[in-house]
Amino acid sequence: MTLQSRTVLTAPQPSRRTVVGGLFGLGAAALAAPLLTACGGGAAADPKTVTFGSNGADATPKSAYAAVTKAFAKESGLTVKTNTVDHDSFQKSISSYLQGTPDDVFTWFAGYRMQYFAKKGLATPLDDVWEKIGGGFSEATKQLSQGEDGKFYFVPLYNYPWGVFYRKSLFQERGYTVPRTWSEFTALAKRMKKDGLSPIASGYGGGDAWSILGAFDYLNLRANGYEFHMSLMRGEVSWTDKRAATTLDLWREISPYYQQGAGGRSWQDAAQSLLDKKSGMAVIGLFLGQQVSDEALRADIDFFPFPEIDPANGQDAVEAPTDGFMLSRRPKNEKGAKKLLEFLGSAKAEGLYMGVDPSNVAVHAQADTGSYNPLQKKSAELIASAKHITQFADRDSDPGFISTVVLPGLTQWLGHPDDGAALLKRIESQRSRFFTS
Amino acid sequence: MPSASPTAPPAPAPQAPATGASRRRPRRLGPGDRLFLAVVIGVPLLALLVFVWLPALASMGLSFTSWDGIYLSDIHWVGLDNYHQILTNYPPFWPAVRHNVIWLLFTALLPTPFGIFLAYQLDRKLRFTRVYQTAIFLPMVLSLAVVGLIWEIIYNPDTGLLDGILNAAAPGHHVDWLGDPDLNLWAVLVASAWRHTGYIMILYLAGLKGVDPALKEAAALDGANGRQTFLKVVFPALKPVNVIILVVTVMESLRAFDVVYVLGGGVGSKPGMELLSLLITDNIIGESSHIGYGSALAVVLLLVSLAAIGTFLVQNFRKEDR
Repeated sequence: MTLQSRTVLTAPQPSRRTVVGGLFGLGAAALAAPLLTACGGGAAADPKTVTFGSNGADATPKSAYAAVTKAFAKESGLTVKTNTVDHDSFQKSISSYLQGTPDDVFTWFAGYRMQYFAKKGLATPLDDVWEKIGGGFSEATKQLSQGEDGKFYFVPLYNYPWGVFYRKSLFQERGYTVPRTWSEFTALAKRMKKDGLSPIASGYGGGDAWSILGAFDYLNLRANGYEFHMSLMRGEVSWTDKRAATTLDLWREISPYYQQGAGGRSWQDAAQSLLDKKSGMAVIGLFLGQQVSDEALRADIDFFPFPEIDPANGQDAVEAPTDGFMLSRRPKNEKGAKKLLEFLGSAKAEGLYMGVDPSNVAVHAQADTGSYNPLQKKSAELIASAKHITQFADRDSDPGFISTVVLPGLTQWLGHPDDGAALLKRIESQRSRFFTS
Repeated sequence: MPSASPTAPPAPAPQAPATGASRRRPRRLGPGDRLFLAVVIGVPLLALLVFVWLPALASMGLSFTSWDGIYLSDIHWVGLDNYHQILTNYPPFWPAVRHNVIWLLFTALLPTPFGIFLAYQLDRKLRFTRVYQTAIFLPMVLSLAVVGLIWEIIYNPDTGLLDGILNAAAPGHHVDWLGDPDLNLWAVLVASAWRHTGYIMILYLAGLKGVDPALKEAAALDGANGRQTFLKVVFPALKPVNVIILVVTVMESLRAFDVVYVLGGGVGSKPGMELLSLLITDNIIGESSHIGYGSALAVVLLLVSLAAIGTFLVQNFRKEDR
């Protein structure tokens, strides 16, 4: 006690007040710091640097993008500064990212999803880039790259088809044949179940609910045709339409053949069960190949197009989501960024990318297909033969509508599939909220 | 502190009543003092206004509008439309309210009393009490992402602990802990309770350390058994701690978000696990955001929280005043 009071008396220098004042000063500085840095955000543009925002955070796409940007840097003398963000986080924060200080060029998806940001003025039109690269792309790809105003906003890199994947050796061992029609498909599923397999691998737990949409899209496309599917996706027709109910009826028919416990499983685990021959088939995209590191196993994987339901539609539509690039609204280095986009839209860039990440297919007409593996070759043929190409439900529609209304509804329904009338009514009740403006 | 107060202010204290008039009071403080006071009060006040009240009022204002969050000029006034929509035509809303209530009741009735029970047991001179304390408090130290990961591993349908045991006992049976909409809320509640119990235990244990042992001794002398000692003597003596625990429980239940978010895969609300807090992020975060709609949901949550905490505090302070 005495010792304490003595020190207080003999040490008058930093009084309580100055200490408190200093602390508050520090606090004020800390509070003001983010404001100041926010103001200084628009640093002077370096004409030799292009910034590139990438959502390819997984090892394979990351090194593939690195190979492409490195080649560009060598060719043009510009430096590419890549800013990689986890795939899901990138999507979730895209809106605020584009409004803040985005990178000059960023990865994105073709379809409604691209058009939305083009319409909001958050992307720069790329008509001058397309004048140079346009020759290399098909008419269908060109359409995918245009906004609602007819201007180009998107440079595609690759796409990948969705189909029904299986292991060739399993089909051989058990004497299964590839089904072409719906009745053959359901019969095969039934047989697989009798043989003790999970006929259709399925995992839509956690953040993987999107993986069920492939089946929904294909059922709807096969049963009701491309036009209806797209109208439904764009919110132009009612979800209580009888045709939507038909789609659910068909889905209910195969729901007993879905792998058990799907609501808590990741899609990767579901894919693994296919590779382990515990499941017979899987409705999934070519990215399934990213789960495979053993080349012998990769050679044993094959797929067939989703079976025909209505002969009027046949198997004319293929779901082949396209990934590519856009230019942000006020790029710091527009000239350099457009140069980068021109390079990305070349056959060479696509070849470089596909050389590292073989679970996609190039969209450029002159891209080198010589090094394709059989799966890639088959995918490219399937896409080329398609009359209609769709992107994927969450790319052809308002992503918010899909993720907060359609997906929760469908996953819940899939747990206990009934006639779906209540589900469709629920979805319909929310449609106007997303599709009026 | 109390010993210092009588000696510190004697100089200005007698002066104030002597001069009396309020007009002269400012003179007591020099310009430096006033500046100091202005800074000391002004900075936190400004921070409070800018970081708490402004956003709160702004979201209240936005809740009457429709806005996609991109251009300010796109904000349209829609009046009470958002609220009307939410109450009458938003399928996940009422389930979310129900789940929030279930969450509150569950947390208040199971993990909270259990945490108190553990604290009471550990307060008695048990052997290895430190080890138990650490073990039970450990979940609270872990980040929620880790808690989510741990329980994801336990609930995994293929390789998880629970289904592994179940499969050994009754082959071929699968329980979809996190996927089944009738089950997943309870699965998440267990994960949340695992964490909450330790929290309550530590809070209560701290309180118990402050109880005068003489109280317990007196109770023992009067012939009270263990249960009576706790219910009639210790529990009422710990009223301040009880208040804190109740407020903590109510608040944690209303703002429950993180565990559900992590176990739901980080994509927003899942069927069976809708909560008000998740519906807000569903509508605000993401590619096509409905800021107005989400803000209206946030205001609903704010009102519910204010009602719950307000009622409790008012009641409590009224009793205190008597």
